[in-house]
Amino acid sequence: MTQPPPSGRAPPATKDNRQKLFERAMSRQAYAGHALIEVLHTAQELFGHLTPELLREVALKLKLPPSRVLGVATFYNFFSLQPKAEHTAVVCLGTACYVAGAPQLVQALERRRCACAAADADKEAGPARLSVQSARCIGSCGLAPAVVLDGRILPRVSAAQLERELDKIGITA
Amino acid sequence: MTPEDLNERAAAERARQQGFRERLHCCTAAGCLSCGAEELKRDLTAQVEARALSQQVEVQGTGCLGLCSRGPLVRRASDGAVFHELTPSEAGLLLQPGDAAAEAALAAKRLDTAHPFFAHQQRIVLENAGRVDPERLESYLAADGYSALARAVSELSRQEVLAELRASGLRGRGGAGYPTGVKWELVAKQPGTTKYIVCNADEGDPGAFMDRSVLEGDPHRVLEGMAIAGYAVGANQGYLYVRGEYALAIQRLQGAIRQAEREGLLGPRVLDSAFRFRVDIRIGAGAFVCGEETALIASIEGGRGEPRPRPPYPPEKGLWGQPTLINNVETFANIAPIIRHGGAWFAAIGTERSKGTKVFAVAGKTAHTGLVEVPMGTPLRTIVYEMAGGIADGGRVKAIQTGGPSGGCIPERLLDLPVDYESLVGAGSMMGSGGLIVMDEASCMVDVARYFMEFCRDESCGKCVPCRAGTVQMHQLLERFCAGQAGEHDLALLKELGTLLREASLCGLGQTAPNPVLSVLRYFPEELDQRLHHDAEAAAAAAATEPA
Repeated sequence: MTQPPPSGRAPPATKDNRQKLFERAMSRQAYAGHALIEVLHTAQELFGHLTPELLREVALKLKLPPSRVLGVATFYNFFSLQPKAEHTAVVCLGTACYVAGAPQLVQALERRRCACAAADADKEAGPARLSVQSARCIGSCGLAPAVVLDGRILPRVSAAQLERELDKIGITA
Repeated sequence: MTPEDLNERAAAERARQQGFRERLHCCTAAGCLSCGAEELKRDLTAQVEARALSQQVEVQGTGCLGLCSRGPLVRRASDGAVFHELTPSEAGLLLQPGDAAAEAALAAKRLDTAHPFFAHQQRIVLENAGRVDPERLESYLAADGYSALARAVSELSRQEVLAELRASGLRGRGGAGYPTGVKWELVAKQPGTTKYIVCNADEGDPGAFMDRSVLEGDPHRVLEGMAIAGYAVGANQGYLYVRGEYALAIQRLQGAIRQAEREGLLGPRVLDSAFRFRVDIRIGAGAFVCGEETALIASIEGGRGEPRPRPPYPPEKGLWGQPTLINNVETFANIAPIIRHGGAWFAAIGTERSKGTKVFAVAGKTAHTGLVEVPMGTPLRTIVYEMAGGIADGGRVKAIQTGGPSGGCIPERLLDLPVDYESLVGAGSMMGSGGLIVMDEASCMVDVARYFMEFCRDESCGKCVPCRAGTVQMHQLLERFCAGQAGEHDLALLKELGTLLREASLCGLGQTAPNPVLSVLRYFPEELDQRLHHDAEAAAAAAATEPA
């Protein structure tokens, strides 16, 4: 059992703190079952991904069957049941990006990701270094093809430029 | 805030704006932000302060100026000039009025606002883009913001608002084009006091980003449209269902709702009247099918976004079984101008059956890409060749694609079609939400059809069998075509499955999923045939080399 923080002091940014924020978010929604998606958004924001324990807790607190919570969490692309990688690259595969050559960007990223995974194969288990995802359309069609690397949009990017950007953040071949 | 206060606040803000010698509007929409607009704005603000000009020059952020391919864009309010791809030192030249050398240096970065890209536009939905600061309520008030809501709640009866809307001839901008006035009246007629307004901001079509730009650039306009709708149909609660991917739009909407509630423009007493209206945001979690209205309702209720059979339609039984009005962002953005200027004014714009304007997100291989708002009835050729400047490197247009995965391609020879709901449906495509992708000779139409089918396969919610299994089958067949392995029977099967999906799917996603394929069959059958012939020749060649 951890001691509750002494009163009058802001709790430190620990796991307990996140739990508190999570609890507060649920109570703001009055633990209503229809706020499930909002609650899952908050949970993922705080904890990075949705663990089985988290999902069980949500089901208990919102008084929903666990199957319903799991059903919703797996229905939407946004929710992740796996831990996040250190770096995330999202390739937009909207129509404009697709015709501008986005598939080649996916290939370049996948090559790099596989190289990293191979290099890390003998290290001890930890989060992967790079995760490659695709988006339906990020709505930046004027900048096609676009890649979102760790939250930053790279407009009109070529495979070579993308590889240079990966070098910069230490995702080397 | 009373309507009189509203007028005073607007007048005060206008006077404040006129007090500046110059106002520089930096586009802070997503497109320009990713080209460094935020840094440019910060730098420009710092330069203004360094030169002690803050009493004379105002630097503010604003919504999408349209020509996203040339960002970051800055608009000079005094003469309306727009400058593109500015570096901080070049932007500094904007602070030296009357300096001929500075003006000459800027000339190369000045966009020709007489260019058809700008000149052929008629802006209603985007009228504030490039003028209003999306993060300041005052800025919206100075542009007649909330005056339509004030007029509605203080001068017009519910019936009069409905009549104006009906007279305007506005049709839903989400794709199918259902008359908005009729929909509102349906909801208004329902008995009961619990009704809901839902704004569909789950713009999911790949290649469409105009809703995003309205939400980011002019969030109050959407709230005002929703509140007027609430007043007209008798609803006190609105939900804005926004795509989770649109982080900036969500942030600006949250800010706008807070400001509007604080000033009494939303909340228990809207503009000091007896009408109460509250808006809550619901953030989508990445499911294309949630653009379908019954799936969207299921998602707001906190469940899996799966559609249900209609009828009953949402105007009768929608959110939590109550009458619900669902319109999309662009539709709500048209409401305030209609109430301000009257339905007849709106009905005078456009064609016989399609009124007003439509915003298109033009992207693909064109010289200029970005947002354009044109009156209904504008020929597609004008948009593609004159406004977007044709293909960038002088190549030839092969086809355009509208309506995303629910629409189809339109070949170059049909580009004289006017933009209206019926013409586009007649050509086998649809208006959709307004994405317009231009493809050149290098684009393979079969590959594009395969791309859209893959999209529908992934996004099918899996509830009904025709869509769940049909999209998988059709995608596999298209893979065979792309690999040059398809035979005659594959072509027949593709057509058969297309008809089956269209007839038997539960919701719009499955019903329209075959459209991209069917339009390729209609306009580019030779491309599918080539694959077959290639296959036949290869088979013949293989047979010839085989020992007898």
